[in-house]
Amino acid sequence: MKSFTYKITDPVGIHARPAGRLVAEAASHHDVVITVTKDGKSADAKKLMILMSLGVKQGDTVTVSVEGKDEAAVAAQMEDFFKKNL
Amino acid sequence: MEERSGKKIFGGIAIGKIKLYSKTENRVVRSKVDDVEAEIKRYEEAKGKAIEQLHGLYEKALVEVGEANAEIFNVHAMMLEDLDYTESVHNMISMQNVNAEYAVASTGDNFAEMFANMEDDYFKARSADVKDITERVITILCGGGGSGDIGDEPAIIVAEDLAPSETVQMDKSKLLAFVTRLGSSNSHTAILARTMGIPALIGIGYEDDWNGKIGIVDGYEGKFIVDPEMPVLEEYFKKKEADDEQKRLLLDLKGKENVTKSGQKINLYANIGNPGDLVSVIENDAGGIGLFRSEFLYLESENYPTEEEQFLAYKKVVETMGGKKVIIRTLDIGADKQVDYFELGKEDNPALGYRAIRICLTRPEIFRTQLRALFRASAYGNLAIMYPMIISVDEVRKIKEISKSVREELAAEGIAIGEVEEGIMIETPAAAVISDELAKEVDFFSIGTNDLTQYTLAIDRQNAKLDAFYDAHHPAVLRLIQMVCDNAHKAGIWAGICGELGADVTLTETFLKMGLDELSVSPGCILSVRKVIREAE
Repeated sequence: MKSFTYKITDPVGIHARPAGRLVAEAASHHDVVITVTKDGKSADAKKLMILMSLGVKQGDTVTVSVEGKDEAAVAAQMEDFFKKNL
Repeated sequence: MEERSGKKIFGGIAIGKIKLYSKTENRVVRSKVDDVEAEIKRYEEAKGKAIEQLHGLYEKALVEVGEANAEIFNVHAMMLEDLDYTESVHNMISMQNVNAEYAVASTGDNFAEMFANMEDDYFKARSADVKDITERVITILCGGGGSGDIGDEPAIIVAEDLAPSETVQMDKSKLLAFVTRLGSSNSHTAILARTMGIPALIGIGYEDDWNGKIGIVDGYEGKFIVDPEMPVLEEYFKKKEADDEQKRLLLDLKGKENVTKSGQKINLYANIGNPGDLVSVIENDAGGIGLFRSEFLYLESENYPTEEEQFLAYKKVVETMGGKKVIIRTLDIGADKQVDYFELGKEDNPALGYRAIRICLTRPEIFRTQLRALFRASAYGNLAIMYPMIISVDEVRKIKEISKSVREELAAEGIAIGEVEEGIMIETPAAAVISDELAKEVDFFSIGTNDLTQYTLAIDRQNAKLDAFYDAHHPAVLRLIQMVCDNAHKAGIWAGICGELGADVTLTETFLKMGLDELSVSPGCILSVRKVIREAE
């Protein structure tokens, strides 16, 4: 398993639209399980509603973990996505 | 005649027939199914059709209300494709042998509940989105057509609640206003009403026998009048005419630059004193907020407003303005604007008394609380801070020390803050005269002409006996403004006016010639000033 932590800088946090983009990004990586964790609560990054239910806001620190095929490469891509979009 | 009050979403006056809008109520009945596979297939087909509809709605909304507002329908489509939602529906059908309608309704309730229980208002409001997508699938399963049919006559639509998809599907040319009992000002329907420019009220309970009666929606006062008496109706016809005239001016000038014929540009911002004024700021197309008086927080409160209360209020303002500049003035109370819990006491001469920054510098705990709230809110938009009643460089340096220590404190706590311009009001002759020195210390000047005039001319504006001596265009005041403007530019900072003089259209050309960078006026004056600017050489 490969993971990284990220502090959300987007002023609105992971709300509907950014969450939609995150799910689309996560779903493009087929053979891995991507999990977003905030304050002990976890959500599958490929599932929109549970992801939104984490209520991630600006300033929150989330842990993103990737497990499966090419996990290191996927984790790097996901980290890149977070930096660019969230 | 009956009158009810609600929360205003979008200003404007509408007069017309009331149409009670009720959804094609889908009564979901639980029934047992034998062929589970076929039932799941039926659900999947309905889901596919719903997603197709949503893509169509996205295209329609894209044209009518722009991409930012249209995107909600793409999110709705994604919500329907959500794996947990789908799995829950499949499981209910296959484990409990229930019909697809029932499985979808229960799943929708569960997910809506999950959002409704969240703490944050934004996420709470998402439960309406879940209900909307759920209802869409059920309607398709029940063989119903699309919602949003409002009949052939223009009408004021009165409903329990409206889903964003219903709002978008309604025929705009038949839509005079929205009035709903439920809904929040955060809901997408509210946002759409604002974007479409339709008067809207929420929080208004209604009676079934209102259907077909004449109604008046006053989106400025938050009033809904049913079956008005003749004089009231006549009064509102007049108000509507004036409002329509203003809207024509608006349509003509909205989105246009504040630029003179020779190409000189000036920023035109709004002065407000309450978050309730934001609606008119946006409607009148202000480039930003040049003066947000923070006193309302203190005046409306029984005790000192907490950091959290202030933070939420400021955050809402900067978020609503979506990246446009919002200049918030730190508290400006004193013996003339009394607040009981400050225990300020009576003064013989309150205009020259213990007020504004003088209170903040002697009672730093009050000041620090406000600054912490302001800096925290700065992460959510484009916020600037302005300090009132300055007379010396020394005061400004003291303020900057406090501001710096507040920022360091927040940084140590790991709290994000945005880039914040810090400026001062120039409203005392002292500040105007030493503006060359002050300009080196701050990011901008905003000239408060009301106080600057009364201090310069030694005329109390409340004293009617002095009217004959009062000259709003006194050359001393105009020369001070020119001096402040020049000193600002020499130091490479900007200068504007946020007093009443800013809206005096007989002076607009003078201000342009002086080279002022900004005029901040009450929202209702923006378009008339813009008109003068655009006609100036």
